[in-house]
Amino acid sequence: MQIDFKHNQSAHCENGVVSNLMRHNGFEVSEPMVFGIGSGLLFSYLPFLKVDHAPVFTYRILPGLIFKRFAKRVGVKIKREKFKDPKVAKARLDENLKNNNPVGLQVGVYNLVYFPDEYRFHFNAHNMVVYGKENDRYLISDPVIEHVTSLTEKELEKVRFAKGTMAPKGHMYYPIAFPEKLDLEKAIVKGIKQTCRDMTAPVPIVGVKAIRWVVKNIRKWPEKVGTKRTNHYLGQIVRMQEEIGTGGGGFRYIYAAFLQEASKVLNNNQLSELSKEMTEIGDLWRDFAVDASRIYKNRSSQSDGYNKIADQLEHIANLEESFFKRLKKAV
Amino acid sequence: MKKEDVPQDESKLETANIREMYYAIDENGEYTTEVSTGWDPKTIALNNALEQIKERAEDAKIKVLNNETSPIEYYMELNKMDVPILASYAGFWQWQVKRHFKPSVFKRLNSKKLQKYADVFEISVEQLKNIKA
Repeated sequence: MQIDFKHNQSAHCENGVVSNLMRHNGFEVSEPMVFGIGSGLLFSYLPFLKVDHAPVFTYRILPGLIFKRFAKRVGVKIKREKFKDPKVAKARLDENLKNNNPVGLQVGVYNLVYFPDEYRFHFNAHNMVVYGKENDRYLISDPVIEHVTSLTEKELEKVRFAKGTMAPKGHMYYPIAFPEKLDLEKAIVKGIKQTCRDMTAPVPIVGVKAIRWVVKNIRKWPEKVGTKRTNHYLGQIVRMQEEIGTGGGGFRYIYAAFLQEASKVLNNNQLSELSKEMTEIGDLWRDFAVDASRIYKNRSSQSDGYNKIADQLEHIANLEESFFKRLKKAV
Repeated sequence: MKKEDVPQDESKLETANIREMYYAIDENGEYTTEVSTGWDPKTIALNNALEQIKERAEDAKIKVLNNETSPIEYYMELNKMDVPILASYAGFWQWQVKRHFKPSVFKRLNSKKLQKYADVFEISVEQLKNIKA
C-alpha cells in the first residue's frame, strides 16, 4: 500500500518531517517557518560532554524540541509513541500505514544503508517519514535526500532500535489534531522572542556567551592539549556547523530565510533588514570554517593561525549579541 | 550566501547519489534553496575525523597483538563506537565491557557473551577471537 504523500527535500530532517507532515494535512508551512517558530537556532558549547573524543558544539536546540515548540505554538496536537518491543513497534507502524496515516520516525544513522559509509556515525536523532509498504519494503521519505527511498523490515527495525545516546526506542509520532486556521503571527513572535532570550542568556554554555567561551579555549588549546587535538576539536566545530542538515552556516541561513518570510507575514520591514544581516553573519561563519579547515589541512601549528580564527569568532559573537538584542525589540 | 556561490565540490555524497540542500539568496535578494554536491572545508574535517578513527583502530590492533587489550576494543573502534555505545548495544554495563578488554578476562568469556559481541559487530565468534581471521 502506498499513501499519497508528497516528498519535499529540506535542509534539516526534523523541520523537513514536520513541514512535510503539515503539508500532507493541508497546511502549507515552509521549513524555515517550522525552524523559526520552533526556536531551533542556538549556539551551545558543552566541554564536559564528549562525542567522538571532542567536546560537544551545537548550533541548534535539542532534537525533538523544534517540533514540540512548533506544535504548541500553532496549536497542533501530536501523538508520540515509544516501544520496548520491536514487534509491537512494527505492528503499530503497519496499523498507521493501513489507516492511510504517514508517520514520523526517529532513527539512528549508523545503520541507515542509503547513506554513504563515511557519513554513518552513531547519531540517533535523525528523522524520516514512512508513507507506505510495498513487497515487504517500507517506503521512506527522508527529508535530507532528494528522492524517496525504501528499507526492508529488518533494516528499518535496526535503525528504529539503534542504541546509545538518545536511543530512539522505536519513537513514532504524527499530528492528530489541528486548529481551524494556523495563527502564524503570534507563533512567530513567540518563536523569535525565545531565540533572542536563548542567544543572550546569562549562562556560559549557551548563546553568545558560549561562543566567547569557545574563543577563549581556541586560544588556549594549542598549549593545553597540543595541536593535534586542537585541530581535531576545530574539525568537530566545522562538522557540527556545516554538516548535512544545517542549510549552511550553522543554521544561520535557514534562520535568515525564516526572518524574510516572517517579515511578510507580520508586515514588518525591520525583519527583512535583519534577515539580510543574518545572511551576512552566516557568511562570516562560513569564512571561519574555511580558515579553520586551512589550519587542520596543513596541520600548521603557528599559534597566530589559531588566534586569527579566534578573533573571527569573537567578531561573530559581538555581531550576534547586537543582532539578537535588536531582533527582540523588532517584534 | 548567493545561490550561485553554493559550493559544488567533490565529496563522497555523490557516490550515494545524495545532494544536500542549502538556503541561499537569489539575484533579487529573495531566499531560495539550492542543492550541493559537497564543500571542501567540511570534507577535509570529515576525512580527518575518519582518519583518527582509523588510527585508533590501528593502535588498538597493535595493543591486541601485544596482548595489552582484547579484540573487543579493536572491533569497537572499527565500528566507530565508544564504551557507552558498545555497552548499550551488547547489553552489558560499561564496567563489564572495560573488564572484557582485559586479555585474561576475554579468554575466559563464555560463548554466550562472545556471541553477543559478535552479533553487535556482525562477525563470527571465530573472527572476534582472532582479529586476523
